[in-house]
Amino acid sequence: MSTKINSDSQTVEHDQDRQLASPIARRSFFKYAGATAGATALVLAGCSKSDSSPGSVSVGSGDAGVLNYAYALEQLEAAFYTQVRTGAFYTGSTITAAEKSILDDLYYHEVIHRDFLRAAIVAAGATPIKALTPNFANVNFGTRAGVFGTAKAFEDLGVAAYNGAGQYITTPAYLFIAGKIVSVEARHAAIIRDLVSENTFVGNDVITLTTANKATGDTNYAPANSSLERSMTPSEVVAVANTFLADGSKLDVSGIR
Amino acid sequence: MNFFQIISEIEKVDPEVYDRLDSRRSIFKNMAGLGQKLSAAALPLAVGAIFNKVYAQTPVGADVNAVLNFALKLEYLESYFYNAATAVTGLSAVNQAALALIRTDEANHVSFLRTTITALGGTPIAVPATTGVFDFTGGGRFNPTDATTYLALAQSLEDTGVRAYKGAAPLVMANKTVLTAALNIHSVEARHASQLRAMRRAGNNSSTPSQGVAVAPYSGLTGAPKSWISGTDGGGAIPTASAIRGFSTAGIYGAGNQTNAPATIIFAAEDSVSQANVTLSATTLTATAGFPAASYSEAFDEGLDVGTVAAIANNFSVTGTYFN
Repeated sequence: MSTKINSDSQTVEHDQDRQLASPIARRSFFKYAGATAGATALVLAGCSKSDSSPGSVSVGSGDAGVLNYAYALEQLEAAFYTQVRTGAFYTGSTITAAEKSILDDLYYHEVIHRDFLRAAIVAAGATPIKALTPNFANVNFGTRAGVFGTAKAFEDLGVAAYNGAGQYITTPAYLFIAGKIVSVEARHAAIIRDLVSENTFVGNDVITLTTANKATGDTNYAPANSSLERSMTPSEVVAVANTFLADGSKLDVSGIR
Repeated sequence: MNFFQIISEIEKVDPEVYDRLDSRRSIFKNMAGLGQKLSAAALPLAVGAIFNKVYAQTPVGADVNAVLNFALKLEYLESYFYNAATAVTGLSAVNQAALALIRTDEANHVSFLRTTITALGGTPIAVPATTGVFDFTGGGRFNPTDATTYLALAQSLEDTGVRAYKGAAPLVMANKTVLTAALNIHSVEARHASQLRAMRRAGNNSSTPSQGVAVAPYSGLTGAPKSWISGTDGGGAIPTASAIRGFSTAGIYGAGNQTNAPATIIFAAEDSVSQANVTLSATTLTATAGFPAASYSEAFDEGLDVGTVAAIANNFSVTGTYFN
């Protein structure tokens, strides 16, 4: 943890945005980590890693950068659900028919999102980032809590990421596409959260109910009692996403601005 | 239902609104530059500043506050609909609690918009009377205190709302603060839609709405839809084939009106499998070999134009014209 803090404080002088974002990113990280055993292990993983690992993958800049950022997150989600379907919880006897059907659909949707985005990036004349190597060493695919707890983190993160990245898109058609995907991610998030605990499809951890999302004056501040999604900046998102990516596949989103 | 529809509404009376906005992009850039300093309290002022600058030199008769009030009407429709949830019989305590959560969100959205209008120096519409404005029977078609009917209507309203926000998103993208706020409401509506579909899937009296099993073709008042829209969901909760006294939900999942659509934005039906000029299939996306055909449409929601949204909402207006 101390390494990360030092790294942040060095960055402050160069980038005020990052100064604002970093504490929030860490808070969000713990929020997503939740209380399950698998997620607790992720906290440890997150603390042991630095954001500045060598050989990080830059998503680039401009609209292509945002598309590659989305492509990266969809890669992560698709890889997660792919592995879920070979895990002991999915293949075991305790999973319900409803749960299996939902995990199947989420696998289909995320793989489609991933490969569609790759095709769209190519069609736009840009270069897709490489196939990322995930690191799910700390995800417990053998238990219901491990699978749905991690799925919840990914889906909520995806919604927050798309919402927060919309402002960096300059081509209307791409913004429209992002909107088409993010509402499906929000549908995913709602049902996954209910699978973790009924009637948590919304909650103050993901929308501004009892507390504002950020300090007054911060970018994209939303007040308490406004019921707006707590969107996250790319730098906030990758602080979480990179804990699920292997060295050499960690994301650099500094080009998105 | 707020900012996304605003510019579309302006566009109804001022077809050149896109040009006006576009030709003054520098205004938006200047506004965006203030982003670090803009708080939500300042947000309404920012919106007002944009409209005032866009229209200051070339008045075209568009009453901006009337447009904002149109969005507020739509918010009230949803908010009042959920206020009526307590009269619904036959719902489990868990399902009633879910409706209470959604009710809070819609009331919060109403409040957010009223604050915006007031900050603009405008006058929000009078709070609609609890009777005589909205008609959740749809002109005597429905019994909205019946749990099955109520949830079917709720799903229809939420799915419409998601499509409405999405359809207008590209129109507000020049102002990053407004866009982000709008996106942050859009996804909340999608969470609601997902929840209502789960509730319908598991049944009115279920205490575990997450555990229902979807049953194709997902249509009809007693249908068991997925949490996402599969194809056109067989026409939705009230498909054309079983339309209740002329009311059908097929339009909610159908294609929108392209007449005033921005360039490159296509208001496709929900069963579309063409995205950004990529036709989704196992041929174009080779890793998806063997995927169910419906999954390509499920993976993407579609947008809808404001005119179509207004026509849908007018089914719940006593006068039939409240949303015009």
